Formats: sequence, C-alpha cells, structure tokens
Amino acid sequence: MRKLTTFTVPVLAVLTALLIAGLIVIVTDPEVIEATGQEPAGQVLKLAGQKAWQAYVTLFEGAFGSPARITSAFGEWRSSGNPRKLYSALRPFSESLVNSVPYIFAGLAVALGFRAGLFNIGAEGQLVIGGLCTAYVGYAVTGLPALLHVSLALLAGIVGAGLWGAVPGYLKARTGAHEVINTIMFNYIAFKLSEWLLNGPMEGMKGTARTPEIAPTAVLPRFLPHPIRFHAGFFIALAAAFFVWWFLWKTVWGFELRTVGANPNAARYGGINVARSFVLAMFLSGALAGMAGAVQVLGVTHNMALGFSAGYGFDSIALALLGKSHPLGVTLAALLFGFLRAGGTRMQSVASIPIEIVQIVQAMVIIFIAAPAIIRGLFRLRPPRRVEEEEVVFSRGWGA
Amino acid sequence: MPTKRRDRAMGVVFALIGIAIIYLFGPDAAPDQRSTFVLNLVTKTPPIPVPDLVLPTRTTIYVLGLLCAFVGGWQLVRGFRAVNAVLGTLLLVFVFAFLTWAARGKSFSLTGMLVSTLLRATPITLGALSGVWCERSAVINIAIEGMMLSAAFTSVIVSSAAQNIWGLGTTTGLLLGLIVALITGGLLAAVLAVLAIRFKVDQIVAGTAINIFAVGLTSFLSASWLATNERLNASVNFRPVPIPLLAKIPVLGPVFFNTNLVVYLTLLLVIITHVVLFYTRWGLRTRAVGEHPKAADTLGINVFRTRYVNVIIGGCIAGLGGAYFTLGSVGRFDEVMTAGKGFIGLAAMIFGKWNPFGGFAASLIFGLADSLQTKLAILKVPIPSEFLLMAPYLATMITLAGIVGRAIPPAADGQPYEKA
Repeated sequence: MRKLTTFTVPVLAVLTALLIAGLIVIVTDPEVIEATGQEPAGQVLKLAGQKAWQAYVTLFEGAFGSPARITSAFGEWRSSGNPRKLYSALRPFSESLVNSVPYIFAGLAVALGFRAGLFNIGAEGQLVIGGLCTAYVGYAVTGLPALLHVSLALLAGIVGAGLWGAVPGYLKARTGAHEVINTIMFNYIAFKLSEWLLNGPMEGMKGTARTPEIAPTAVLPRFLPHPIRFHAGFFIALAAAFFVWWFLWKTVWGFELRTVGANPNAARYGGINVARSFVLAMFLSGALAGMAGAVQVLGVTHNMALGFSAGYGFDSIALALLGKSHPLGVTLAALLFGFLRAGGTRMQSVASIPIEIVQIVQAMVIIFIAAPAIIRGLFRLRPPRRVEEEEVVFSRGWGA
Repeated sequence: MPTKRRDRAMGVVFALIGIAIIYLFGPDAAPDQRSTFVLNLVTKTPPIPVPDLVLPTRTTIYVLGLLCAFVGGWQLVRGFRAVNAVLGTLLLVFVFAFLTWAARGKSFSLTGMLVSTLLRATPITLGALSGVWCERSAVINIAIEGMMLSAAFTSVIVSSAAQNIWGLGTTTGLLLGLIVALITGGLLAAVLAVLAIRFKVDQIVAGTAINIFAVGLTSFLSASWLATNERLNASVNFRPVPIPLLAKIPVLGPVFFNTNLVVYLTLLLVIITHVVLFYTRWGLRTRAVGEHPKAADTLGINVFRTRYVNVIIGGCIAGLGGAYFTLGSVGRFDEVMTAGKGFIGLAAMIFGKWNPFGGFAASLIFGLADSLQTKLAILKVPIPSEFLLMAPYLATMITLAGIVGRAIPPAADGQPYEKA
C-alpha cells in the first residue's frame, strides 16, 4: 500500500485515462481490425504496438514539439542569427500555451461554481456570449487608444457573460430551479442567438457567418512574430486565477460563498444571504467563462465566428474536478488540457486519429476523480485519513 | 409563490394572454380574410375526408382574445380549482390564435402539424419516461442524452450492417438495430448505476461524465469508421404502419394510428409505466425506495437491487429514444444528433411532476413548439427561425422556475443510500 498525496489520485487518473485511450485507439483502428482477421497474432500485436507508439509520439510532438527539430533549429539560430526555424520548431509548445488560456478561464468558472455548491454547465454558452459582446465592442467602437479599447472590450464580455450566468443563479435563488438544466438551456439559447446574430446583424461579409475583424487597437499583443501566437491573454488568465484565489480566501464575500457551498443551511443560520451568494457566484462564474471567449476573440481569432467554442464547456468540468476546485490546481490542469488538445490536433492531422479521443480522456478523468475508489482499487492505495479530502459532492437534487 | 398571490398573478396572466392575442394578431387581419385549416392528410390510407376548417380571421382572433380576458377576470374574482389546466388550455388557445393569424389568407395543414408534433415529441417522451423510471427510485439520470446518442449510433450501425453487409433484409435489420439500442442504453445505465449506487459518486457528476464519454466516443468512432464506410451508416427507417380501422378517424387517426413502430412503442410505454408504477407491487416498492429508502429497507425491500433494475430499465427506454433518431427518422448517424433532446426530456419529466402521463403531455407541448417552428418557416412568418428554435428551451426554463407550481421530486432523489 503506497502513501497518498493530494497529487496522487489526479496524476494516476490522467495516466490511466491516457492508457485506456491508447487502448481504444488501437482496438478501433480500421487497419488493426482488418489485420485481426487475416494476419497471425504476432503481426497484429506488432501493428497495434506501432499504432500506439505513433499515437503517443504525435501526441507528444503536437504538445511540445519535436526535440530533435528544436535543437537543430536552435543551433541554426546560434550560427546564422535567423530565428525563423526556431519559431517554427517552438510553435507546438506555444500553441499548447495558447490553447490553455480559455481552459484556465473556463476551469476557474466551473471551480468557482463548485465552491459555492453550484454546477455551472453553462460555461460554453457564457463563453459564446462573452465572445459576442467583446467582438462587438472590438469592431464597432473606434478611435480609442489601445489600452482603453482592450479594457472596454473585455469589460463588455465580462458583463454580458456574467449576466448570462447570473440569470440561472437568480432562478436558483428565488425558485430553487436546478442550475444544471437552466444553464444547459441557456447554452442552447446562446447558440441559437449567436447563429442568428452571426448570420444576420453582426455578420461582416455576406455568407461568412462571422463578425468583421476587430480594430487593431483592440488586439491583445503577441510578443513574437508569426507563427508564434502566444499572446497577452495568458497573463490575464494567470491574473484571473490569482483574483479567484484572493476572492475566495481573502474576502468576506468569498468566505460567505465557500460557506454556502459547504452547507447552505448552516450558512443561512449564520446570517449569510444565501440567495445573494448564489447570484454572485453565478455572475462571477459566467464572467470568467465569458473571459475565455473574450480573450480568444481579442488574442487569437480577432473576430467571432460560428462553431467557436468547440467543447470547452464540458472540458472545464473535468478541469475543475482535476484541479480540486482550487485556482492553482485548475491552472495546472488547464495547462495539461491545453497540451493535450494541441497534441490531439496533431494526432488528428498526422496519425488520422479523430480529436474526440481527447474528450474520451476527459470523461474518464472525471469518472476517476469523482470515484477515487476505482483508482485506489486499481493501484492498491490506502484510503485517505480524512474523508473530506476526497469528497466530491456538488449538488443536492433538483430543489434547493 | 404563496397561493393567494399566485392565484391573482395567474388571473392577470390569463387576461394578459387575451390582450396579447387581440393586440398582436388583431391589427394585421383584414376584414374579409379567412384562415383555412386543412384537416385531411394525403397518405396511403387516408382518413375519412373532412371539410377544411375555414375561419374568419379577424372575428376568430377577437373572440379568442376576449375569451381569455374573460377567463382572466373569472380567475381574479372567483378562481378556478385546476389553475394549471386552465393555463395550459389558454396557452393552446394562444397558439391557435397565432396560427390563425399566421395563416391569414393562406391555407395551413393542421393535421400535418399534429403529426409532426407527435413525431417530435416521441424522443422527448422517451427521455421523460426514462427519467421517471430512474428518479422514482431516487437516482438522478442526467445521462439520458448520452444514452440516446450512443444507442442511436449502435443501432444504425447494426441495422445498416444487417441490411447492407450480412444481407438479412430490412425488417430483420431494423429489429436487430432496435434490440441493440435497448442493450446500449441498458449498458450505459448499468455504468451509471454502479457509479451512483456502489461508488456513491455524485449522480450529476457521474451522469455528466457519461454524457461527455458518449459524445466523445460516438464522434470518435463516427469519424473513424463511418466517414469511410458509408455502408455502415445507411439504414432504412421504420415506415408508418396503419392500424386498420382507427387510422380512418379524421384528424386524430393519421396522428396516433398511422405512424411507425417506435411511436407505437412509446405510447404503449407511457401506459405501461403508469400501470406498473401505480398499480403493481414493483411500482409500490420503487416509489417507497424513492421516497424513504430507510423505511423500505426495514420492510425487507432490497434498496440497491430495486435501484439497479429501475435505472437499467430507464436506460433501455432511453436507448429506444436513441433508436428513434436514426432508425425512426433519417436512417443515418450524424455527430451529436440528439441536440439536447435528452435534457428537454428531463425538463418534461419535471413539468409532468414525475408522472408518465404528465411527462407525455409536457413532451407534446415541447413537440408542438418544435414543429411550429418548421411549419412557420413554410408560412413565411417574419420571425427569424432561430428565435422559434429557442422556444422549447425557454419553455423548459419557465417550467422549472415554478410558473406551473413547485414540482416536488421523490424525497430521496439524488441521495446515495447508506446501509447503516
């Protein structure tokens, strides 16, 4: 029996999930399936091993870049002073960081909700609303200096998405309606709204289903030239993580929010306004998710298009669970997911493994974290001394 | 809301509905306009022909509006006992007035819309029924969406393989697909049951994980296998099978008695669920486990086994719902084709107060909202279609906010059972 630390179960969960995902890739690969009927067992295993190795290698290369390429490009830069090849070689690593920015925001959003005992599945819709509001201020407002324009655009996204999250929070506070369904419904409403806006009033060029490009003054600065897309949004994300930590553990409202999350009845008895905490939590949660969209618009895409969010909502749940709803854990988990996604993209383009494998990994991570007994059983770990360490309780049925 | 205030609020709402009808729809109706509602349907076994319903547009709208206003006044002065039923009726009146306005000077197939309503309500009903089976024994099943999606995927693959590769013929293929759908739903439900009952994982987290897994796996396999292998994704769908005499009934005949197997099964399941839940021993034990598992346990009922069985049955029903998307309609699988219908089914279940017939009625309302949107596109109503598409989701939220009264779930809903 090995000793348990805070990191043991999450790390093992991720590793196990990656392993199982590798098995799934092998078992469902069309070539392997065909070979199983026709070739001898040794050949099939060899093919399976090759496929698995290829999958993991492309995953690594997509996430970090190929070490060989980096070192040779670095050498070329030292000798000739031309950094172009180096930038190309470092691009996967930079893309991983770029990918992790929306994950940080979305993960913080869900984690904050969890801390208040609320399950915010609406991160995806809030992200879209945030992106729409920010894009609008980005392209419709002109003549402002850069700092002001960026701040205004971000503020628009924060407020818009915050309100989008606050409504389900208010409904929960006043009527007890469960926020899971309300946020899911709001997601669909946000998608339909964005479909209408991006095919109608907010469409830039006819038939493109996206907004006009935002003004140059609204763009979040990048630091290195193309193809490195690393932008200032990464630091804004880190600042947001710090803000969440400060809010939850250093302010009175944050304390009240955590108390409500731990035990709403005790909180009410202690004089805390539970309804206000719910609304505040959902507003902040929505605002954070909206920032994910806003920063993507200002820093990466420079416009807002349909099909923008692509699954960040569900991923963020896995993130919050993996990070144990703590800003530091969430940031680390978000970095992991950013790397995974970049690796998955390369897996899809080079090894023809559909990117949805990443979602399968995330689902398994959630299950392993939510049911730590599975990991403990698999790896023969000792149960925790304190039950609270592993408690993953968030919801209390349909009515408050 | 407290009852007295709610009664008065309802009265105001009723009157507002009447005023809205007159104000929104009245002005556009020219004096001599007529709205034509076609009540016949062109099918292979047509019902007994009935003349079209032709209404004078303006008069109808004003009459309906005044009726609603009058009902509102009555509610404020005297009050109705079944306020929710009245609200439901008035909403239907509003919809009818809306259709009268939309069809002014044109003709509109009312029966066609009813057929479309039932078809669209079918997966939602199955979702609601699945939820009822699970939640009546106090296990929240958020994974209905994932179960439906997975079942849609497996059923179409098996059915297509049976028809196109193994040469078994269309009927066998469809039935095989149906059975596979039930098994798939049941399997995923078993996973949920194990996580929720044995590992006592938070049921909403477990359900969400299963949903993510289902979306990921089906999209992954769809891209891996189906993109290159069209033969695995090309099944026929269930054809409408008319019931000999009943299909001839005008208006309702083509809707309820001339449709495909999945719809018939759904209607049967609504009745069966009601009978089992309220008239059999198993139903009584299920409800006991859902309301007060400790008491049920002391009486010797095996709480865990009851929950396992109910959740798996719920999963099979969700699987049937999944089969509807592919085998019951288009005959092929598209990624994430369930589009939230599983969640709307849950909302219908809550709307229907965890009763099968209530859930069915709620599903019909959602189906109506859905089919209105397509029909109105045909009528060229000047509302963007995206807003009409939002209607079911908005309706769900309004429902949950308790406008139709606080919905009370089974008492032990969502709580894992600890054997003391």
